[in-house]
Amino acid sequence: MNATLSELKPSAAPLIEIRELSKAYVRGKQKVEVLHHIDLDVAEGDFLALMGPSGSGKTTLLNLIGGLDTPSGGSITVGGKRIDRMKAGELARWRAANVGFIFQFYNLMPMLSAQRNVELPLLLTKLSRSERRQRAAIALKLVGLEDRASHKPAELSGGQQQRVAIARAIVSDPALLVCDEPTGDLDRESAEEVLGLLRLLNREHGKTIIMVTHDPKAAEFAHHVLHLDKGTLVEQATA
Amino acid sequence: MKYLHLIWAALFRRKARTLLTLVSIIAAFLLFGMLDSVNAAFHAGSQSALGAQRLVTSSRYSIIQPLPLALASRIAAVPGVEKVGHANWFGGYYQEPKNVVFSYAISPEYLDLYPEIRLPAAQRKVFDATQTGAVVGRVLARRYGWKIGDQIPLNSSIFPMKNGSKAWPMDIVGIFDVSKDAANGLDQALFFHWKYFNEANAFGSGSVGWYIEKLANPAQADRVAQRIDALSANSPNETKTQTEQAFQASFVKQIGNIGLIVGAIMGAVFFTLILLTGNTMAQGVRERTSELAVLKTLGFSSRSVLAMVLAESVLLLLIGGLIGLGIAAVLGPAVTRGSGGLVNLPALPPSTWVDGIAVMVVIGVLVGTLPAWRAMRLNIVDALTGR
Repeated sequence: MNATLSELKPSAAPLIEIRELSKAYVRGKQKVEVLHHIDLDVAEGDFLALMGPSGSGKTTLLNLIGGLDTPSGGSITVGGKRIDRMKAGELARWRAANVGFIFQFYNLMPMLSAQRNVELPLLLTKLSRSERRQRAAIALKLVGLEDRASHKPAELSGGQQQRVAIARAIVSDPALLVCDEPTGDLDRESAEEVLGLLRLLNREHGKTIIMVTHDPKAAEFAHHVLHLDKGTLVEQATA
Repeated sequence: MKYLHLIWAALFRRKARTLLTLVSIIAAFLLFGMLDSVNAAFHAGSQSALGAQRLVTSSRYSIIQPLPLALASRIAAVPGVEKVGHANWFGGYYQEPKNVVFSYAISPEYLDLYPEIRLPAAQRKVFDATQTGAVVGRVLARRYGWKIGDQIPLNSSIFPMKNGSKAWPMDIVGIFDVSKDAANGLDQALFFHWKYFNEANAFGSGSVGWYIEKLANPAQADRVAQRIDALSANSPNETKTQTEQAFQASFVKQIGNIGLIVGAIMGAVFFTLILLTGNTMAQGVRERTSELAVLKTLGFSSRSVLAMVLAESVLLLLIGGLIGLGIAAVLGPAVTRGSGGLVNLPALPPSTWVDGIAVMVVIGVLVGTLPAWRAMRLNIVDALTGR
């Protein structure tokens, strides 16, 4: 069963429109069909959780929405732009301007301070060095880590590292945040902090969030929960 | 420049490995700088501009084959020759054979042919009047503590005196300086009278080692040289006349093709360096696969990633190479000072810096290309999942 979430939230215009989306990989001599003809609308300002067993295609769907991968078939329109038709360079520029990424294992640069990590996406803008520093400081303050700006990732706890990653994801003010198991490597307390932060970004700053998670407690923070199984949307729920 | 901190941080992500690689690069470019100095030192004589204004006439068959003194007046009569002088290699040493002294028995005109030798007129006058007089370069005088008025025994490894002794008594009557355009090593030479040499040596035969001719017009060098050589054509003493520059160059070639030797050594060193730094870069980029994927995820273009990895590679070479050349620049003159001028390594010429930096950039690009290409082609999803 495919889902049309705009129906669930009719007042909001869909930020993401996915139609007949398919993805297949070739591994050796085998062709693996990961996603089958997915239709999905995500409204602007929504907070969506994607759940499902391992290998169900959650991360693949997330990667396609985030412009990290290209589909085998179908279309993805984000903010009115067909990202499935974009070439690599254009897609990179689009990602830089429109999407913030949060990974399970934070994926911070180990040799850079928290401040420098947060500044990374701003290197792609025309901002001056002082403006970059200022914006990174604001982002770090928002995630409550202004006093850890000079610390390197190895000097921070897992929860703190993930908050730095969130600061990095929002520093260029993207409309969309894609989160792949953001609490998968955190203890419960840190996970609650991170999820609270995501909720804040959604409610107070209007960020549209799509989060892949295995954790039902994490999914409770979302407005909607979608279940994927064997590459198909099988169920929808409203949190 | 915006990415410099990122490149710098990536470079020193594994400090120990980067430092060890830097040590190798420093060693390679230190060697490059030193060898290039040696090469320059060997060829300095042949590059003196004054050397183009003088001809050297030696035996056609070997530089050690003497020429008859009688040729002097005939050479002087050749049109285009302004002045002629002659000299013999003495093969001198002081006290011990290892203390080699570049010593020459010269005719009275010889010093006039070398304006780059700055000998005070009063000392020149004493020299001309003293049969056993010798004038020495200031560097040589300083090395052995010689002063005007000293009498020294200068041994010859070739020529004994008529009394059988190889220790020739000589009176230091002058100490000269040399101008900046003088051939390398001239300030370490000793000159004494050919007349004394000819009369006192056991083999005294009225022969000379080579002639020096000052040209009225350097543009006529080839024609004058042909005329000089024609004087002794088909005789037992056939000559070969060439500009002093060419003479010096051929003299260096007798020792060996220094340029080729230096080139061969550096070729081997740089080849090893390419393998070493190539390995470092490849390992460094492989270890950072997920980090590079994150950069691409954030929106860094494939070209930016390629440029950053290439810049990292070039930066590594430039840091190590410039340190290496810097050490060579300090070490060369220090060796010269430490050896009292016996080993004369000139300061690194600008051409060595230019060549060195070009080599650094080329090697940097060479070793960075493959890892940079791989980084550019990185598939984000595969890299993030560790595939």
